[in-house]
Amino acid sequence: MSERRLHFSRATILRRKITNNLMIGLCAVCVLLALIPLALILFYTVREGIGAINLEFFTHLPKPVGETGGGMANAIVGTLIMMGMSAMIGVPVGILCGVYLSEYGRNRFASVVRFLVEVMSGLPSIIVGIFTYALVVKPMGRFSAYAGAVALAVLMIPTITKTTDELLKLVPNTLREAALALGAPQWIVNTRIVLRAAAKGIVTAVMLSVARVAGETAPLLFTAMNNRFWHNTLDQPIASLPVQIYTYATSPYDDWHAQAWAGATVLIVIVFVLSVVVRVVSGGKFTVQQ
Amino acid sequence: MAESQQAQASGESLLQKPMVAADTAGGGEHEQVEHRLQVRGLGVMFNGNYAIRNISMKFQDNRATAIIGPSGCGKSTLLRALNRMHDIVPGAKVVGEIELDGENVMKIDAVAVRRRIGMVFQKPNPFPTMSIFENAVSGLRFNGVSKRSLLKDVAEDVLKKAALWDEVKDRLKEPAMSLSGGQQQRLCIARAMAVEPEILLMDEPTSALDPIATAKIEELIFDLKNTYTIVIVTHNMQQAARVSDYTAFMYMGELVEAARTRTIFTNPEKKQTEDYITGRFG
Repeated sequence: MSERRLHFSRATILRRKITNNLMIGLCAVCVLLALIPLALILFYTVREGIGAINLEFFTHLPKPVGETGGGMANAIVGTLIMMGMSAMIGVPVGILCGVYLSEYGRNRFASVVRFLVEVMSGLPSIIVGIFTYALVVKPMGRFSAYAGAVALAVLMIPTITKTTDELLKLVPNTLREAALALGAPQWIVNTRIVLRAAAKGIVTAVMLSVARVAGETAPLLFTAMNNRFWHNTLDQPIASLPVQIYTYATSPYDDWHAQAWAGATVLIVIVFVLSVVVRVVSGGKFTVQQ
Repeated sequence: MAESQQAQASGESLLQKPMVAADTAGGGEHEQVEHRLQVRGLGVMFNGNYAIRNISMKFQDNRATAIIGPSGCGKSTLLRALNRMHDIVPGAKVVGEIELDGENVMKIDAVAVRRRIGMVFQKPNPFPTMSIFENAVSGLRFNGVSKRSLLKDVAEDVLKKAALWDEVKDRLKEPAMSLSGGQQQRLCIARAMAVEPEILLMDEPTSALDPIATAKIEELIFDLKNTYTIVIVTHNMQQAARVSDYTAFMYMGELVEAARTRTIFTNPEKKQTEDYITGRFG
């Protein structure tokens, strides 16, 4: 019998099996390590917060120091308002910018924009806060819900732009060609074919970025600031859950601490609900219909 | 028919002078020869390199012209130049003249050109987000037509012309992707016809299909060429022989020979053409 080029001895096979199982074990341990903090955060926040969550928490304003009870109704509403407003600014700008990069972006300007979007998506959120302070708060002369929404929108735009750009690039060129060959002008190709094919993925990206900014604190500190009362108009300071949590958690009062935990629980639930909606809408994936 | 045979024997080429008689016209009568579409000195460059160069030929109205040649010879490049599809390819440059009804295609608006010169692609590409019905009338919708009754009539008309109506009439609302590959391609042909182009370009329309679906599409092309000027790129020489009236043979980015299909396949002028037809290369 001729000598085989590859020969596996029993020892080799055994050694490989052991190495394989070791690596699988290592991966499992790492998964656990990643999951433990996540589970602890959820468990601990809910355990600490659940006691202070009651109807009053959702319907009442914060009480002055020393008085028991009160809630975070204004902060919950404030957060929802700013989420909506920032989405109204950030989503169209982000998507249109993504369309520009993907469908028209073959020039030098577009590659500069693409690079800036990359950089911006890594921008620390406190810097976005300072930027918005200079851009909106200073000229307006006061903290406002508008300023908070602008800060959150600025945080949102790079993520939405980047994902839109990447998703649209996944839309097969044959679809664009098919539409063009039917005599469709470019804008029709973009809206009826390209964006529609990527719609599910873009919705997912939008929801995730909205959920992400819902928990931002730093950019709100000196834009929307905080408000112990209901805001009358949107050009006034407005309360938000993250800032309220920050204020209460850093206070020396025990009942405020409890309320901070409750606020954190509510915030987690809001983000969780958004994520679930995303999964239902998208089927759990960033997809492009092929 | 004597005259026509004589013309074939002499291997008369479309390159030199217009055809006098066509072998598909019956009754021995002279056919009115018209060429609304023709190219002169056409070349296409990608990033400065010629993919095709110096192509001059005429496409006979209401006939099918096949473009054959080995892979990479520039068949598709030529076809896609005709309706300005190279406009959207970065680095592509078209030189020379394309004439449609006496107008220079390169000088008119690309969208207007594509409304007159439709295209069917290699891989069936119905719009995945749309139903069968919506696909069939998509070209009209893109151009602002929204009258329901008109759309319905057009959908029925083009689906019938594409020999697809009987298979889909009860499921028009279903997604186009639920159709088989061959049905999808016939839907794409129907879609292209809905905007009433004068010329239909087909880029290897059957290469992604099985033999049965291919036969159906070929039958369709055979019917359609009475009303449309068809230019079809194909890898399959039998297909060219079956469906086309004229055949152009391309090699290495140049047009070697263009003549009536029967001439090309029985008595080509150039040795290269003969070698390719008989399978000695390519």
